[in-house]
Amino acid sequence: MNTVLEVKNLSVTFRTEDGTLSAVDRVSLEVGESEVLAVVGESGCGKSVSAMSLAGLLPRTATVAGSVKLDGIELIGADKRTLRSIRGREMAYIFQEPMTSLNPVFTVGHQIAEVLRTHIGLSRQAARDRSVELLKLVGIPSAERRVGDYPHQLSGGMRQRVMIAMAVACDPKVLIADEPTTALDVTIQAGILDVLRELRERLGTSIVLITHDLGVVADLADRVAVMYARRVVETAEVHELFSRPQHPYTAGLLGASPAAGRHAETHRLNEIPGLVPVLAEQPDACTFADRCPRALDTCTASEPNLTPGPHRVACWNPVREPVEV
Amino acid sequence: MRRYLLGRLWQSIVTLILATIVVFVGVRALPGDPALALAGEDRDPESLRAIREQYGLDDSLLVQFWQFVSHAARGDLGQSIRTGESVTTMIANALPVTIELSVLAILVASVLGVGAGVVAAVRRGRPAEWAANALALLGLSVPNFWLGLMAILYLSVALGLFPASGFVPFFTDPVGNLHHLILPALILGTGLAAVIMRQTRSSMLDALSADYIRTAEAKGLSPRAVIGRHALRNSLIVVVTIVGLQLGALISGAVVTERIFALPGFGKLTVDAVFQRDYPVIQAVVLVTAAAYILINLLVDLLYSVIDPRIRVRGDA
Repeated sequence: MNTVLEVKNLSVTFRTEDGTLSAVDRVSLEVGESEVLAVVGESGCGKSVSAMSLAGLLPRTATVAGSVKLDGIELIGADKRTLRSIRGREMAYIFQEPMTSLNPVFTVGHQIAEVLRTHIGLSRQAARDRSVELLKLVGIPSAERRVGDYPHQLSGGMRQRVMIAMAVACDPKVLIADEPTTALDVTIQAGILDVLRELRERLGTSIVLITHDLGVVADLADRVAVMYARRVVETAEVHELFSRPQHPYTAGLLGASPAAGRHAETHRLNEIPGLVPVLAEQPDACTFADRCPRALDTCTASEPNLTPGPHRVACWNPVREPVEV
Repeated sequence: MRRYLLGRLWQSIVTLILATIVVFVGVRALPGDPALALAGEDRDPESLRAIREQYGLDDSLLVQFWQFVSHAARGDLGQSIRTGESVTTMIANALPVTIELSVLAILVASVLGVGAGVVAAVRRGRPAEWAANALALLGLSVPNFWLGLMAILYLSVALGLFPASGFVPFFTDPVGNLHHLILPALILGTGLAAVIMRQTRSSMLDALSADYIRTAEAKGLSPRAVIGRHALRNSLIVVVTIVGLQLGALISGAVVTERIFALPGFGKLTVDAVFQRDYPVIQAVVLVTAAAYILINLLVDLLYSVIDPRIRVRGDA
C-alpha cells in the first residue's frame, strides 16, 4: 500500500505568557492510500493540535517541528501559497462543530462552490451544479433546493454533511476529520459514519479520524494510533489493538468503555486512576507512569520509545496477555 | 421577506404619527403666547385678536392639530413668522445641503473607520494596531470646531487649497459644490471614523476567532477572501447600526460644522429658528428630523436583513 501521508517526529509548542508549552511531542504516523487511521486519546492529549498542524492551521503562537509529507511534498516550513494550494484541495478538514463551522451569512451552495472556484477555477454555474452533485453524494435529500439554504435552515447532521461535501469537493488525497460525530446525536452519528465509509470506498480518500469514541473507531478505522499526553503510545491494526492492547493505557481505555449485554451489577466499568499530566511538565520518563498499574522503576527514570513492527508500543512493561473486551 | 418589509413599514408609519403628535403638543406646551411673540411691539388687544384669528390660535387643539396635519400632508408646513417665507421652501433649500454633507461625512467615516478597524484587528498586537488605536483616540478627543478652524486657517487661508466657507448648489456647479463640501465632510468624518474604527475592530476580532474562519482557512482561501468576505460580512451588522445612528445625528446635529464653514444647511436653519422663536419653522424642523431618523432606522433594518439571512427568515416566520 502506498503511503499518502507520512508524519515524522512532529512536535508542536506554544508560546504563552508563562513560557513555552509543549502540546505535541515527536508524533510519527503513516496513512496509506484509502486507509482510515483513527487517532484516539483523551481531551488535551494533543490529537486535535496534531491534526491542525498538518496543514499549518495553528495560530501564530505555535511552533511546529518535524516533518509532514503529503505524497512526498514536505509541508512543514512550506510557504503560505503552497499550503493554501494544498488546503481544501489535497488535504481537507471536517471539524467537530457543524453548528458554528459554517459561515451563517452565506448559502451552503456558495460555501461549497467557493472551494471549487478557488482551487479548480470552475465558473459560477459549473461550481453550483457540482455543489448540487456533492450534496447528493453526501446524502442530502432534494439537493437542488438545499443548495440555496443558509446553514441555520439545516439540522446539525445536515450541516455536517455539508461540511463533508465541502471537504471532498476537490477530491482530496487525505481527509482529516476532527471529532466529526462528537456534537451529534447517536442516530445522526451513524449516518455520518456511513457517508465517510462510502466516500472512502467510492473516491479512495484516505481518512485521518480524530476521536475519543472507541465505538466510532471500531466502526470505521483500519488502523489506530493511541495518543496519551502529547505522544503516540501505541499503534496497531484495529482488530489487533482491540483484542491485544499492549500499552496499559490502551488496555485501560478499552476497559473503561461500556459494552452491550453487560449489567452494572456484575460488570463495573474500570477507570484509570489519576489525571492527565499538565502540558507544561515534560519529565524524562513515561508520561503515563504516575497512573500506570504496571509501572516499574525504569518507567519514571527514562522514556520508552515505540517498538518497530506492525504493532508498535512505547512501554517498558507492556501487557502480553490478550484482554477480554 | 415581504411580510418583514410590510411590518417594518407599518411600524415606521405609527412612529411618525406619534412623533407628529409629540411635536405638535411640544410646541403648544412652550411657555408664552405665540400671538404675543408674533405681535412684537404692537400689543393692543385688537391686533392680538387679529393675529389669533389669522393663525387659528383660537380654535381647539384638536382642530389646530387637524389643520397642521392636513396641511403638512399636502406639503404645506406654514409660513415663517420672521420672513413670511414658506417653511416648506426653507426646508427644501436647507435640507439638501445637510444631506449631502452628512452622506459625504459618513462615506469618509466608513471608509476610514472600517479600513482602520480591519487593519487593527488583523494586525493585532503589532505596530499597525497601535497606530490605528492612537489615531482613533486622537479623532475622538479633538473637538470638531477646533479641527475645522485649524483646517480653515492652514488649508484654506494659508495654502488656499479649499474655499474657507460658503456653498454652491450641486446642479449649478458640481465641482465647486464638492470643493466647498470636502473639507467640512472630512472634518465631520474623522471624528465619526474613530467610533466606527473601534466598533469594527472589536467585531472583527470576534469574527476572526469564529469556527467558520478556521473552516475558510482550511478550505485554502486567500487571506483576502477570509478577512474581506467571511469575517467582514459578519462584523458589518454592528457597524451598520453605528453608521445609521451617526447619520441621523449628523442630519440634525451638524450645527457647529455648518456654522464654521458658513453652510446654509439644516443645522443653521434650526439654530436661527430657535434664536428668533420662529415657531412654525421649529415645529417643521423637529418633524423633519424625526422623519429622517425613522427613515434611516428603516433603511438600517432593511440592510440588516440583506447582510444577515437569519434576520430575513425570522421575519417570515
